[in-house]
Amino acid sequence: MPKLMMTVLLLLMVLPLSFGACSPKGLQNKKRTVTVAGSTSVMPFTEKLAEHFMVDHPDFTVDVQGGGSTAGIQACLNNTVNIGMSSRQLKDDEKRLNQIIICYDGISFVVNPKNPITALSLKDIRDVFSGKIKNWSELGWIDRRIDAVTREEGSGTRGSFEELVMKGEEIDDGIMVQDSNGSVKEVVATDPYAIGYISLGLVDAKVKAVTIDGVRPSIETLKLGEYKIVRPFLYVTHGELDDSGKEFVNFVLSEAGQNVLKKEGLIGAYD
Amino acid sequence: MIKKAFTKEHFVKWVLIAFALSSLLFLFLIFIFILAEGLPLFHKIGLKNIIFGFKWAPTKGSFGIFPMIVSSFLVTFGALVIGAPLGLSCAIYLSEYSGKKLKLFLKPALELLAGIPSVVYGFLGVIYIVPLVRNYFGGPGFSILATSVILGVMILPTVISISFDSLMSVPKTYREGSFAMGATKWQTIYKVIIPAARSGILASFILGMGRAIGETMAVIMVAGNALKIPTSVLDPLRTLTSNIALELAYATGDHRLGLFSTGVVLLVIIMALNYIANFAIKRRVLK
Amino acid sequence: MRINPRFIDKIVKIGLNAQAFFTVGILVTIVAIIFFKGSPYLNMEFIFSSPEDMGRHGGIFSTIVGTVFLVLLSIFVATPLGVGTAIFLTEYTKESWFTKTIRFGVESLAGIPSILYGLFGFIFFVIKLRMGWSLMAGVLTITIMILPTIIRTSEEAIKAVPRNLRIVSYSLSATKWETVTKVVLPSAGPGILTGIMLSVGRAVGETAAVIFTMGSSLRLPTSLMDSGRTMAVHFYILAREGISMEKAYATALVLVLSILCINIIAYYIMNRVTSKYS
Repeated sequence: MPKLMMTVLLLLMVLPLSFGACSPKGLQNKKRTVTVAGSTSVMPFTEKLAEHFMVDHPDFTVDVQGGGSTAGIQACLNNTVNIGMSSRQLKDDEKRLNQIIICYDGISFVVNPKNPITALSLKDIRDVFSGKIKNWSELGWIDRRIDAVTREEGSGTRGSFEELVMKGEEIDDGIMVQDSNGSVKEVVATDPYAIGYISLGLVDAKVKAVTIDGVRPSIETLKLGEYKIVRPFLYVTHGELDDSGKEFVNFVLSEAGQNVLKKEGLIGAYD
Repeated sequence: MIKKAFTKEHFVKWVLIAFALSSLLFLFLIFIFILAEGLPLFHKIGLKNIIFGFKWAPTKGSFGIFPMIVSSFLVTFGALVIGAPLGLSCAIYLSEYSGKKLKLFLKPALELLAGIPSVVYGFLGVIYIVPLVRNYFGGPGFSILATSVILGVMILPTVISISFDSLMSVPKTYREGSFAMGATKWQTIYKVIIPAARSGILASFILGMGRAIGETMAVIMVAGNALKIPTSVLDPLRTLTSNIALELAYATGDHRLGLFSTGVVLLVIIMALNYIANFAIKRRVLK
Repeated sequence: MRINPRFIDKIVKIGLNAQAFFTVGILVTIVAIIFFKGSPYLNMEFIFSSPEDMGRHGGIFSTIVGTVFLVLLSIFVATPLGVGTAIFLTEYTKESWFTKTIRFGVESLAGIPSILYGLFGFIFFVIKLRMGWSLMAGVLTITIMILPTIIRTSEEAIKAVPRNLRIVSYSLSATKWETVTKVVLPSAGPGILTGIMLSVGRAVGETAAVIFTMGSSLRLPTSLMDSGRTMAVHFYILAREGISMEKAYATALVLVLSILCINIIAYYIMNRVTSKYS
């Protein structure tokens, strides 16, 4: 019995140490890492970019985390990560960070596909989220409470939403909060009486985007300036980026990188 | 040879002391850190303003966590309403009505139930319970009701196993004496066994409460996370734990300290519950 | 009119039966749902390929690796510390302020919610100690989380070893350490291992403490400073964001199966005790 225990303990100790040798092709020491964190709106697109980038640069590892725009900005300020992702403009006390615009994205307001409403005005949206309008009957549907969903305070999408739509009015206390684009989309996709706002690039068949003041949110209307709820996707850095980071950012801003973004439904940085 | 063994013994003793000290360091590191970061804000803003404040808007200087304290307690009591009677009944069934074979089968089953990660409970809650509440009761589905149901199921293993242990430790003679006086099984259970085991049963409820109030991931998924105090069981809510999880990643300065203060409140509540539970058990041992 | 107590007895029996059945039913339903919805997507490819496209495609290999590394390393650190502390508390000291303090710490930490570990680990390890989201931060946090359990179960197991065994050992002129390693530990071994398995189970399912310390990178972690996902974190993200219900169920299935295996191993170890000494 003691012998068995000894072997088990030994195994437990040796296994973790052996992963120093198990890195692919032993390139561990030469591996170049870029750490990115922040906006949940930007994250899936950064992941896509990272996937493409690592195909051509196998000695690179790009680590992508979520957390929200403010979390990414904070992580950047703390030097926890190389690059922070933000989906809103930087605030005054954050301006000491370098910012690089990688693309533009619209915020679309989505309802459940079962919801017959297809058009709303900006004022409607403002009133719903400030709590003035609480029932769908006030917007032309049935007598049923509106299940509105907003993002958490640190969200860049929420920040841009508050700046471009709420214009100073506070979001009501009783409105539900979810902490990522994906989870807002999920709530709207499963609750017929829900309404929320998500990144335009994430809209698909699961949810329905409504027109705002007559304008349908799409890449064309964004480019033409007709759909006005637009925000930049930023990469922020604290001081100079190291070489690995620079290479990744160069890829993102290159034609190849921009094409990846445009294919996903975003507007290029130069458009 | 004897001298060698002596110094080896000494060496071993000091290594073990080092281990014990390191453990102590680790254990108290988290305590001290949370207290160190969490207490200053109470001083700065005032205990009353934080615990009884109604508005949580830390970026604007409001640190009121009262709605969240209320919400945490509401779902915890809700979890008890669902989990305690059910759990106690199962424990009674297990100890008084089931044979050895069933006992052997049910214990591992309980442990499997306890081992299922909370995110899985939350996920199943979102897929099945939330729509159920929305379609049959109203509201968005993300509600006290949905959260209580999920938490109630999650505390079942705790309530059942501790109550079971407590019931089983009631001496056989109690039962035999009761039967000898012509009581039926239920009368025996109701008037003799449960009173005898009551402190252990109570302890199981309190520990279940501790588990429910500390749950985070499952709650974030089904509670809706609205800041207002809920006015009906169908309203969405935000608990103390969810608040920390939602805001942790981006909170800075006083906002971050506010989260630690929330942590201190949670610590106090849970340590109080643990203390009460252990106290209840101690009373039984002394009896 | 007094109701016949025997009648009440029968009703109660049916009621309790029904509730027990219902509770077991809940467990069976949960496991069945996960099994039936997850198993169609569980195959060799799922286990051995890493997530692609945010988890929409591919498997969970990097998350399995992340989980294994996190849990093994945490056990590696916590076990010697915890068992050593337990040995120290039971064999090498008398009751004193020192032992009482450790016990107080262990008991108090017993019920701390995992989010507080996440809060602590994130601010202390990730930010203040500048580890970033990393395996290291995760391991340290999980170690602290499981340390009380290991200390407590080890202490109980060691205390349960009959005094006679020790007395006999000393009477044969064995030293204290020899007694501990050759007599006490082997006999307490299964109890200690059960505590370790319990902690493994808990760490595998842990999400709140892990997501804030180890992070959620989809890459395969190859060094201590790398970030990575555990299966539980991956499942949480898949489920919340509605990325892929199928993959979510499959991941949940792997999680539940892992925990089932861990429980079975723990039971097997525990039963070796009873068979040895009965």
